[in-house]
Amino acid sequence: MGRKLLLEKAHVEGIRTYEVYRREGGYASVEKALKTMSPDQVTEEVKKSGLRGRGGAGFPAGMKWSFLAKPEGVPRYLVCNADESEPGTFKDRYLMEFIPHLLIEGLIVASYALGSNRTYIYIRGEYAWIVDILETAIAEANANGWLGKNIFGSGFDLQIYVQRGAGAYICGEETALIESLEGKRGNPRIKPPFPAVKGVWDCPTVVNNVETLAAVVPIINLGGEEYAKIGVGKSTGTKLISACGNINKPGVYEIDMTISVEEFIYSDEYCGGIPNGKRLKACIPGGSSVPILPANLLFKTAKGDTRIMNYESLSDGGFATGTMMGSGGFIVLDEDQCVVRHTLTLARFYRHESCGQCSPCREGTGWMEKILKNIETGKGKMSDIDLLWDIQRKIEGNTICPLGDAAAWPVAAALRHFRDEFEWHVLNPVESQQRNFGLAHYADPRPVPATA
Amino acid sequence: MAEEKKLFKVTIDNITIDVEPGTSILNAARMIGGDVAPPAMCYYSKLKGSGGKCRTCLVEVAAGSTADPRPMPKLVASCRTNVMDGMIVKNITSERVIDARNGVVEFLLLNHPLDCPICDQAGECHLQDLSYDHGKEGTRYEFGRRTFEKHDLGPYIQLHMTRCILCYRCVFTADQLTNKRVHGVLDRGDHAEIATYIEKSLDNDFIGNVIDVCPVGALTDKTFRFKNRVWFLKPVDAHRDCPKCSGKVTLWNRGDEVFRVTARKDQWGEVNDWICNECRFEKKATSDWVIEGPTQVSRQSVISQGHYVGLHKPKETLVEVLDGQKPRLLMDIHDVSEVNKPTVDLSKIAGPAHSDDFK
Repeated sequence: MGRKLLLEKAHVEGIRTYEVYRREGGYASVEKALKTMSPDQVTEEVKKSGLRGRGGAGFPAGMKWSFLAKPEGVPRYLVCNADESEPGTFKDRYLMEFIPHLLIEGLIVASYALGSNRTYIYIRGEYAWIVDILETAIAEANANGWLGKNIFGSGFDLQIYVQRGAGAYICGEETALIESLEGKRGNPRIKPPFPAVKGVWDCPTVVNNVETLAAVVPIINLGGEEYAKIGVGKSTGTKLISACGNINKPGVYEIDMTISVEEFIYSDEYCGGIPNGKRLKACIPGGSSVPILPANLLFKTAKGDTRIMNYESLSDGGFATGTMMGSGGFIVLDEDQCVVRHTLTLARFYRHESCGQCSPCREGTGWMEKILKNIETGKGKMSDIDLLWDIQRKIEGNTICPLGDAAAWPVAAALRHFRDEFEWHVLNPVESQQRNFGLAHYADPRPVPATA
Repeated sequence: MAEEKKLFKVTIDNITIDVEPGTSILNAARMIGGDVAPPAMCYYSKLKGSGGKCRTCLVEVAAGSTADPRPMPKLVASCRTNVMDGMIVKNITSERVIDARNGVVEFLLLNHPLDCPICDQAGECHLQDLSYDHGKEGTRYEFGRRTFEKHDLGPYIQLHMTRCILCYRCVFTADQLTNKRVHGVLDRGDHAEIATYIEKSLDNDFIGNVIDVCPVGALTDKTFRFKNRVWFLKPVDAHRDCPKCSGKVTLWNRGDEVFRVTARKDQWGEVNDWICNECRFEKKATSDWVIEGPTQVSRQSVISQGHYVGLHKPKETLVEVLDGQKPRLLMDIHDVSEVNKPTVDLSKIAGPAHSDDFK
C-alpha cells in the first residue's frame, strides 16, 4: 500500500466543507508557513522536496518559483492552471471536486512564497460545477480569516479568484492561459519573454498545475527533505494517476512512484486488471499527447528492466522505445482496440483544438486527421503512412507552443510501434472494416540486447 | 562625448556583422541582405507584436552566444529571437532549416486556393515568391480545400478568406493604426478567419492599409479589382499635400491612367509611410498628384518585366567586329526556296494554315 499525501482524507465524510477539513488537520501548512517561515524558506522547502510540475512537462516546481522576477513595485501573480483538458486526464477534477480546501491551502502557501496578493484559478469551462465548489471553499476560507488582508497578523494579503475558461484545450498552455485570463483570445505567446518575467498583465507570473500546488501542503507539513524521501530518484513525492480505458477499476489513484506499471494495471488495489479476461495491447501512460506503447515495451524497457510508474522509468529509451509520465492520464487499450481508430480520434481532437496561430499546426493537424480517416475507413494508400510520418516530423518542434508536438507525438508513436496495423488497414480495406487487427505480436517478449 | 555603444557580433551563414543589442536575427540578416535574409510572411517591422506565427523564417542557432555557445535545440523564429554576442546562425546553410521551410511552405499552400490566374495580388504576392523559392512543384494534399462564408467589406476592400494565411498583420494594423480596433480572428484552428463583423466598422481613415500589409491576395483593393495585372502597370512615385497622411504614394499607371494607388514599399515589401483612404481610393487622376519619377522595383520582381528603368543595355558589337562594315543581307532564302510554296495565299485559306495546305 503506497503512501498517500493528497487523497488521504478524500473519503472523509464532508471533507468538502471547511469544518471537517480543518478538523482533519487542514490549513496547518498555512499556519506553519505564515507564522514560522519566510517566503524564501517556503521556496527553499519546495526546492528541497524535488517536486516536479504535475501538469505534464515535469519541470521542477521550486526552480520555476526561483526564476520569478522580483522587480520593485510590480505586483506578482500566481495562477493555478485548472484547465485540465488532456484526454485521459481527470485527476485535478477529482482533487478540486472532493477536497477543494487542499487546493486553497496550497494556493495560500504558494502565494505567500511568491508574494502574490492576487491569485487566480483558471478553470476549464466545462468544469462549471467545480467553480461553485471552489467559490464556496474560498468564501469559507475568507470567513475564517485564511484569506483577505493581513492574514493572521503576518502582514500578508491574499485574495483568490476563480476564472472560467470557455472550453479550449489550448488555454492549458501557460501563455495562452494568461492571454485568456486577461480577456483576450487564447493564443499562446511567443517565448521569450517567459511568464516568470512577463506574465499576467506583463507582470511576473508563475503558472502551476492544481496537483503541484496541492502538493505544496504536504511538503510544508512534512518538510521538503522528508517529502523527497518518498519515491525514487528525481521522481519524488506522490502522483495522482487517472486511470481509464479497458480496466476493471477506472479512477484516480495516488501512487508513490515506486510501483511497476504491471502491478499498477493488474493489482486489485489499483486498476484491477483488464475486464473479460482480455489481453493488454497498448497503453498511453501520461495523457493523450504522450507516445503510445505496445504491451511488450510497457512492462519492460528495451534494456529489459522493469518499468516503474515514475518520470525516469517511463521515459527510459527516449521516444524510440519509451514514453512520458505526462499529466498522469493512464489509458489502457485491450486486444479489441484498434490503434488506427484510436490515433484518428486523437488527431481529430488536436485538429479541433489547434488555435490556428502558426501554420504547421493549423494546417498539419487537419491534414493528418484526413489521412488517418482515409486509412481507418479502408481508403488509405501505402504512401499515406510515409506521408503521415513526414507531416508529423514537419510539425514537431516547429510550432510556437507544445500543442504541435503534442499532436505529432501520438501519430509518430503509433506509426513507430504499430506500423503493421496501419499497413494491414491499407492492404485489407474490406476486412479492416469488419474486424480488428487484434493483439498480433504486440505482447510478445522483445529480445533483450546483450550488454557487455 | 558620445558613449561607445557595445555592439553584438553575430555570424549568419558564415557572414559576420556587428549589430546593436536588441536586434532580431531576421533584422540582422536583412542588414546583410541577399539570400541570407530569411523570408517572412507574418513579421512586419512597423507593426508591434507581429511575427512568430508563419514559421517561414525559422533558422538554426548553432551557437547561442560566446558566453553560452550551446546550440539551441529547436529551430527558432528569427523574427522574434534577438541576437546575442557571438551567436552563430545558420539559415540557408542548414539542411534542417531548408527542410523545415519546405514543410512550412507546403502547409501554407495546403488550403490556399492557388487561384493566382484570377488573383489581383499575383505578381506582388509574397506567398508566390516564397513558393517559387522554397516550394515543391506538386502537392501531396488530396483533399478538398477549405472554404468560408463570404463577407462583403464594402466598396473599397475585397476579402478572399480562402487565400488568407492568418499572418495577423491586418489585425495588428487595425489595432495599432486606427483608434478603434476593427477586427480580429474568429474561431480557431484550420477554420479560423479574420472577421468580427469586420464589415460593420470599416469607416476608419487608415483601414485601407490592411491591403498593403496583406502578404497574399486575401485583402485586395476593390477599386482596382480585375482592372489590370500589376506587371502591366508602371509604378511611379508621387505625392500630394494630404491633411491626413504623408501623401507619399506609388501610382500604378498605364499610359496616363492611374489604376491604383498604394503606399511606397521598401525592399522587404514593407510600407514606408501609411497612407489614408482618400489618397488610396479617391485620387485616381494624374492631375491629383505631383509625379516624382519611376519607382525602383526589384529586378527579381515580375513587375519589373517590361520596365526598363535603369537597365544597362549591352553594347551592339557586330559593327565593331566587322571592322566598321555594316551587316548586309546576302540572300533571302524565300527567293530561292519553294519549300513553303510562296504561291499559297494564306489570306485565302479558311481557318488556320495546315500542313495539308502546302502539299
